[in-house]
Amino acid sequence: MSALEFRTAIRDALDAELDRDENVIVFGEDVAVAGGVFAVTPGLHDRYGDGRVFDTPISELAMAGAAYGAAVCGMRPVLEIMFGDFLPLAMDSLVNQAAKFLFLDGEHGCPLVIRCVVGAGGRFGAIHSQMPVSWLHGIPGVKLVAPSTPADAYGLMRAAIQDDNPVVFFEHKRLYSTRGPALPAGGGALLPLGRAAVVRAGSDVTIVSVMKGVHDSLAAAETLAAQGVEAEVIDLRTIRPLDVETIVASVTKTSRLVVVEEGPLTGGWAGETIARVVEHALGDLDDAWRIATPDGPVPYSPPLEDAFLPGAERIAAEILERR
Amino acid sequence: MTATRTANAGWRQEERELFLGLYGEMTRIRRFEELIQSLFLKGEVYGTTHLYSGQEAVAVGVSSALDERDRVAGTYRGHGHALAQGVGASELLDEMLGRATGINGGRSGSMNVTSMRHGYMGSYGIVGGSIAAATGAAMAVRRQGGVAVAYFGDGATNQGYFFECLNFAHVFRLPVLFVCENNLYMEYTLTEAVSGGDILSRSVSLGVPAEQVDGMEVWSVREAAGRAVERARAGEGPTLLEAQTYRFVGHSRSDPARYRPAGELERWRERDPLVLTRARLEREGVEPAALDAIESAVADELEAARERGLAAPWPDPATLPPEFAEQLGDRASASTGAAR
Repeated sequence: MSALEFRTAIRDALDAELDRDENVIVFGEDVAVAGGVFAVTPGLHDRYGDGRVFDTPISELAMAGAAYGAAVCGMRPVLEIMFGDFLPLAMDSLVNQAAKFLFLDGEHGCPLVIRCVVGAGGRFGAIHSQMPVSWLHGIPGVKLVAPSTPADAYGLMRAAIQDDNPVVFFEHKRLYSTRGPALPAGGGALLPLGRAAVVRAGSDVTIVSVMKGVHDSLAAAETLAAQGVEAEVIDLRTIRPLDVETIVASVTKTSRLVVVEEGPLTGGWAGETIARVVEHALGDLDDAWRIATPDGPVPYSPPLEDAFLPGAERIAAEILERR
Repeated sequence: MTATRTANAGWRQEERELFLGLYGEMTRIRRFEELIQSLFLKGEVYGTTHLYSGQEAVAVGVSSALDERDRVAGTYRGHGHALAQGVGASELLDEMLGRATGINGGRSGSMNVTSMRHGYMGSYGIVGGSIAAATGAAMAVRRQGGVAVAYFGDGATNQGYFFECLNFAHVFRLPVLFVCENNLYMEYTLTEAVSGGDILSRSVSLGVPAEQVDGMEVWSVREAAGRAVERARAGEGPTLLEAQTYRFVGHSRSDPARYRPAGELERWRERDPLVLTRARLEREGVEPAALDAIESAVADELEAARERGLAAPWPDPATLPPEFAEQLGDRASASTGAAR
């Protein structure tokens, strides 16, 4: 039965971690009393109270800096930066402090999670629809988690909170209302960060993606199957660290690699992924390319935004075209 | 002000001993900074340095009001903040020298020192970063009755961190002591020339009670910090102290401080915190010989540290990546070569 909604899986993971460890705190704008503007955190404030789940002023500098300060002094803060588009305001303490603390101190880590809503398709326009992955991709010390299903979101969120160093956890806004199988009684499994999943086996081409892109890739794979092309689909789950081994193993079999990234083509993680695979498996590759969004802002109007995004049709068409 | 009242009251024996100790700490910071400057000129200390000379009474006075429950976030002018928290001169010097024996193994250098075992979260190279760090630390340490201290300069009061974090700390009644070390200049520019309003009223308007304190008098700083700490521990929230002080050196190693009006440095030097403390201790009946003994003990300690430090081993680059690089868990990187 498809019972578990994506947003509920995240809530359940936060609940489980708040319950497991009294050092876990959850805060952000509108997350407590109101339960989050995307309704991800309802009920947590009632259960854990003001000391553990609280609403903050609209002060991203203070929120992110305070999350860092609390983390290095023994807490495990989970901070919601409402839209990923607001991350630039939170970047200083993440880049200059949290990401470097383990390195500088040499002993203590900085266990904090920043959750944020990302991605286009919601008609939110240029500054509430961005994919901020590439802004964060070049920060050694920050892990980037990008789940595609409710069960993955649950397992990855719990692992992110238990990680001893900073994690940015991306929640694609068009996945919140998607559903998946209910978690087993007592909650689902923790998923280790840095491990990809082969979510569809195939022998003709490897499609790598994350978040909403995984669903588009799976839909494209069905279209391709009808035409006799079997695509293997890999859900990275974690963009950094990157599970190169799983991709290389797949490419060894298929010899063709396409990386589907919702995000600007230039400087994106798709390019890095292909570079890493080339370093390890150039001899196995017959073709490798990226399907990403154009190097421009996300447009507002539905036909413009839909054309902007890489969808199942484009993925299938490009794979057939380059066959 | 309260400082005047205290100054007129005689010190009891335990106060004489306490301030004698603080005089030693302040002297150690000053001599440490002079040593760093001389080693810098000899090419033994690298990059840049921002010396604390002249501001010693602030960190020493504040740290004297803290205990092991508390946490401190310093600035890039942070050697004094770290030393006042009990970081050893030798391990701090070795860090500046880039040696393996440095407090952070040579990874940090002058501007990024951390020592959690001394309650020292770090020196922050970004202006205002310490304000947020301490605000967050307060959320953690209040559970055990602790307080967090943020040091920052007058220049940081024009950063977003200042406004956001004072409000944040007020809203959550966080036990934070915001210590603004007002040395008049933000880098090379007079802060007053680029600021609206004033620091105290900015703080008060954000709900954080504030007071000015003579940052050259260690006893005044200690007393004001003690009041603020008491307030914080009682759950009454944050306090801002504006410590009026002065740096006797330029902003950083390359700054000759030509922007100072004639006579300004000399006027402030008359209120050198070491001179004021020594004079006060003598007035309180401490023998000059006892003060001289402290000064020569500090000189001996730093000379020994200098000799040890210059002979200390360099860090081995080969040890860096596996220990401290990103904990990638990257399966392909970990087995590069073996995989293919």
